[in-house]
Amino acid sequence: MDNFNTASRKRIYAKEEVCVGCRLCEIYCIAAHSEYRHDLIKTFKKLPKRPLPRIVVEEDRPLSFGLQCRHCDEPECVKACITGAMQKDAQAGIVINDIERCIGCWTCILTCPYGVIMRDYNSKKVASKCDLCIENDIEPACVKNCPNEALYINASS
Amino acid sequence: MNYVIIGNSVAAVGAVEGIRKHDKTTPIVIISDEPYHTYPRPLISYYLGGKVKEENMYYRNRDFYRANNVEPILGVKAQRLDVDKKEVLLQDGRRINYSKLLIATGGKPLIPPLEGIDKQNIFNFSKLDDVKNIEKVAEKGSRAIVVGASFSGLKAVEALVERGVRVTVIDILDRIMPRVFDETASQMAQKTLEKYGVEVLLETTVQKIVGNKTASGVLLKDGSELACDFIILAMGVRCNIDLVKDTKININRGIIVDNKMRTNVSDVYAAGDVTEGFNFIEQRNTEIPIIPNAYKQGETAGENMAGAEKIFDRGFIMNSMPLLDLSIVSAGVSAPGEGINIKTIYDQEKSVYKKFYIKNNELVGYLLINDIDRAGIYTDLIKRKVDISSFEEKLGEDGFGFISLPKVLRKHILLEGGFS
Repeated sequence: MDNFNTASRKRIYAKEEVCVGCRLCEIYCIAAHSEYRHDLIKTFKKLPKRPLPRIVVEEDRPLSFGLQCRHCDEPECVKACITGAMQKDAQAGIVINDIERCIGCWTCILTCPYGVIMRDYNSKKVASKCDLCIENDIEPACVKNCPNEALYINASS
Repeated sequence: MNYVIIGNSVAAVGAVEGIRKHDKTTPIVIISDEPYHTYPRPLISYYLGGKVKEENMYYRNRDFYRANNVEPILGVKAQRLDVDKKEVLLQDGRRINYSKLLIATGGKPLIPPLEGIDKQNIFNFSKLDDVKNIEKVAEKGSRAIVVGASFSGLKAVEALVERGVRVTVIDILDRIMPRVFDETASQMAQKTLEKYGVEVLLETTVQKIVGNKTASGVLLKDGSELACDFIILAMGVRCNIDLVKDTKININRGIIVDNKMRTNVSDVYAAGDVTEGFNFIEQRNTEIPIIPNAYKQGETAGENMAGAEKIFDRGFIMNSMPLLDLSIVSAGVSAPGEGINIKTIYDQEKSVYKKFYIKNNELVGYLLINDIDRAGIYTDLIKRKVDISSFEEKLGEDGFGFISLPKVLRKHILLEGGFS
């Protein structure tokens, strides 16, 4: 009923000082959202079309860091979405895009202040973004598998 | 105590959600002349193009009204407004009293006084009923004329192309999307349209519509005649202020609202395309007829109606429009002006065009064609009024992102809510 009061809030942040730019976060994100769920080998050997990574890695050596959806309390993408596909799930505290209703108008890309929503032309034109691995009910794959602990979760209620 | 909202689209939904942040129980009445569950108007082009079915034309879930204790009165027009009695008179004779009122009646299409305008097969492109009617005649191989080469006209063109209709689009000005595009951008769009078989006629107007009972063509300014099976008029939208014209509510082109979405009459608020609200870029009240603005104005109105203190003063024009295989986004200033420096990047081979408008070391507008990824970072730079002088040369570069920003600013933005 109330879209923007979050019961809980989880966000992933990066420590740019310790990120080595290995992009394993991207690899594990792709695997986490592929049909082989977390199986890197199968994901990369068997799938001709893999999902997009939902984390953006910015890099300008020696500096690098990962960035993903902040699941904002006042989500610009949700307020701007022209179909109503982008919604904040109050219970889970995350912003989710209903890909069945998304038409790929990219208004979310125009308004997301973090630049972390991507155009996904793989299956059909839809906006792709971090879901905090909520469907898998695990610690986000990027955080879990960062070898240098350059990604961390900040949870608050 | 009750809330009454006239209108049932984005601003109205924003208002319901705004009210319910603070007031979970007081009844809300929504009145709309359209008989449909809340839907976003821009979806009509996707409906016509066959990408969205009618059952998916909803802006919020089917239980939205029930879950929010909203009584929808749909398919009934609000006929008259009496702000002294705090009463809305409906077309069917009912009188609805309000404690707090929101006017969110949107826009209505501009219909030119053309000879022959009353013939059949001439359509507006604004509501679901319009496309339901267009659908009946827009058969594969039929011929259409779309008048107006701005956002809604071009979305109509795209939908018709997807249906296999042969389309001619006409505009009085010398460019496509004249309010957003320069010549280069216009030519890119024109090439794309022509690639899909669309005929583009610029700097011309329709003198009259010809045909017997049904439109069968148009007579253009130069005397030539163009045959067609139907015509779509997309010549612009005006604020739908019919209901407030004879009241004490201040209007210009739209209803004048302050940054709490209040009109000059107490307990009467307005939001969305019917208003002239504060434009952050222009620093004055203007129409800002886009969805993000409608939602935020509606939400702001709702919160204030429910007794909270909420300000919205960051509205400005921004748009994202995929057009056939082009992706186009733009925000803020879109034309040269005093004190404005312009930076352009044009990669003809990749079909990428970027244009940035800079004033007093701040980004005040941009246009991106095709390489639109991460555009929201630019939008946010505009809103935050960031001094971009130390990284101006990086705007539009491949890989532009927070990494291009000075460390202090980057950390400030990226670590909000985290630790540094």
